[in-house]
Amino acid sequence: MPIKPTLPLSTNPWLRTLLVWWGGWRQVIHFGAQIMVLSLSPSSYRRVQRHRIVQAMYQATMPMLASFTVISAIVALVVIRIVLATALSYGLTRYALDVLVRTLVLELIPLSAALFAALRYAMPAGEPVRMMRLRGQFESLLSAGHDPTRDTVLPQAAAGMFAVITLAAVSSAITLVLAYLSVYGFSTWGLAAFTRTVGHVFNPVIVLIFGLKTLFLSLAVAIIPMVPTPPESQLGGGQGNADITRLARLLAVVLLIEMVSLVGNYY
Amino acid sequence: MPDSPRPALNSDAQPVAHLDLKARLLVWGVLLLLALSAGYVLYARGAFERKQSLVLVADNSEGVVVGMDLTFAGFPIGQVNRIELSEQGNARIVVDVPVKDAHWLRESSVFTMESGLVGAPRIRAFTGVLDGPLLPDGAVRKLLSGDASAEIPRLIASVRDLIANLTSMTAGESPLNNTLRNVQTTTENLNGPRGALGVVMGDDKDARKKIATTLDRTNSLLARLDGLVLRADGLALKADGLVGKADAQVFGDAGVMKETRATVTQLNGLLGEARGSLKKVDALLDEAQGIAGNAREATTDLGSLRAEVEASLRKVEHLINEVNRKWPFARDTEIKLP
Repeated sequence: MPIKPTLPLSTNPWLRTLLVWWGGWRQVIHFGAQIMVLSLSPSSYRRVQRHRIVQAMYQATMPMLASFTVISAIVALVVIRIVLATALSYGLTRYALDVLVRTLVLELIPLSAALFAALRYAMPAGEPVRMMRLRGQFESLLSAGHDPTRDTVLPQAAAGMFAVITLAAVSSAITLVLAYLSVYGFSTWGLAAFTRTVGHVFNPVIVLIFGLKTLFLSLAVAIIPMVPTPPESQLGGGQGNADITRLARLLAVVLLIEMVSLVGNYY
Repeated sequence: MPDSPRPALNSDAQPVAHLDLKARLLVWGVLLLLALSAGYVLYARGAFERKQSLVLVADNSEGVVVGMDLTFAGFPIGQVNRIELSEQGNARIVVDVPVKDAHWLRESSVFTMESGLVGAPRIRAFTGVLDGPLLPDGAVRKLLSGDASAEIPRLIASVRDLIANLTSMTAGESPLNNTLRNVQTTTENLNGPRGALGVVMGDDKDARKKIATTLDRTNSLLARLDGLVLRADGLALKADGLVGKADAQVFGDAGVMKETRATVTQLNGLLGEARGSLKKVDALLDEAQGIAGNAREATTDLGSLRAEVEASLRKVEHLINEVNRKWPFARDTEIKLP
């Protein structure tokens, strides 16, 4: 995608800031749409391309799978103990499991998985892509008959999305097991009640919102770090506080997705 | 497709052995985990079990939400699936009950909705007779509702009355306080020098008079009792003499018992004689029986004799007829029989 090096100049600083802000987000939306179209295109899954995508998924996910699983399990165990102790002291133990599933599985784990994958993988991995875009290598590769978006960017974006989904799925499963063990101990007598509570929480609307939230979080984590910020575009390189701006942009999108999901779940 | 130049990402990373295989395993493992999670959620939602519906009709569905549990003895056996407004203006709460749990619900089951002060209302089922007929699919039942918050005003009014009663009971001149003061006075009297007697008798002078009167009456009563005892002794002596005379009359030499014994002996003799007479009567009866037998035999013989006479008469008649035939001119046809 060609990057305009400069934005239209305006004498009004407020208008200029607004145009710069909108230009940055327009790039993100445009790039995300490109990735979505490519990911749905069958030509993106030819044999060689498929191997690249799968290997990128592995290389993105495996290095952080164990560490994130352990960290999330420890945090989940702490939260579970706090919630159980509090519920016990107030005589509300029958609500404890419901609260745990909603708090941990539906809210905290997808959010933490997205942020972990963004910091450990997506932000560093987006650097070469940004450099390629800023240096105009995309155009040279396109003119040479290559499609860098399909061959390079798509596997990386798919790897980022896969990493977020995998971390969230594995940690959610482990958290559910930990919650069961904390409430019922090492026995099977509580399986029916536990399953009923899980089924009670995961009604169709919640499942849909949970799935969409995880998908959009993973998409944001995969796309935003690969798009240069407006200062980078204007200055032609990774100068200033571009990383912080990018992180703030990612956090803003994550926060927006989380707010929308909360509104959908509880209003 | 020509290979495109790869970005410098991970260019310094060590090559991973069997990368393709591991990557495929990871992807398939994650897909399997997602499929299992989806299957578990579907199972938890009851997608794989048969259900029957139960319609609970309530005046008010406030607080009832889809997904709320129907509990029996504290265990959830159904979930609210739908809430709708009926033509009659009642709330129809449609509950899905898994068939495996439906046997807890019978025709006689009662359904209640209890609204607590905290939390959502609870729908409960009570089944008194577990042997009754099963509740059919689509059954419509009345939902009895009880609201704890509705009881609060009545409870407060009752508490207010109770406090008013307690205040009047514990007032300075209340009957309860007077009673307690009297009890205190009584206790002091009990602990005093006159003790329980003083408590029972009251004033000191009256008590002495009453005690003296009581003692006098007791003495006169005892004197009368002595006279009665003496008279009873005399009566006892007379009764002894009477018993001795009765003994002589009954068991003495000329007593009733001896004469009775002789009478019994005579009766035994009379009975022996009667027994002999009866034996003679038996012999007479035997003889009469023999005579009767002989008479029966004689009657039989008379029958045969009569038959023979009749046969002889027929022969004689035949003979006369023969004679008449041979001597048809005889005037005197009379034949004199011997």
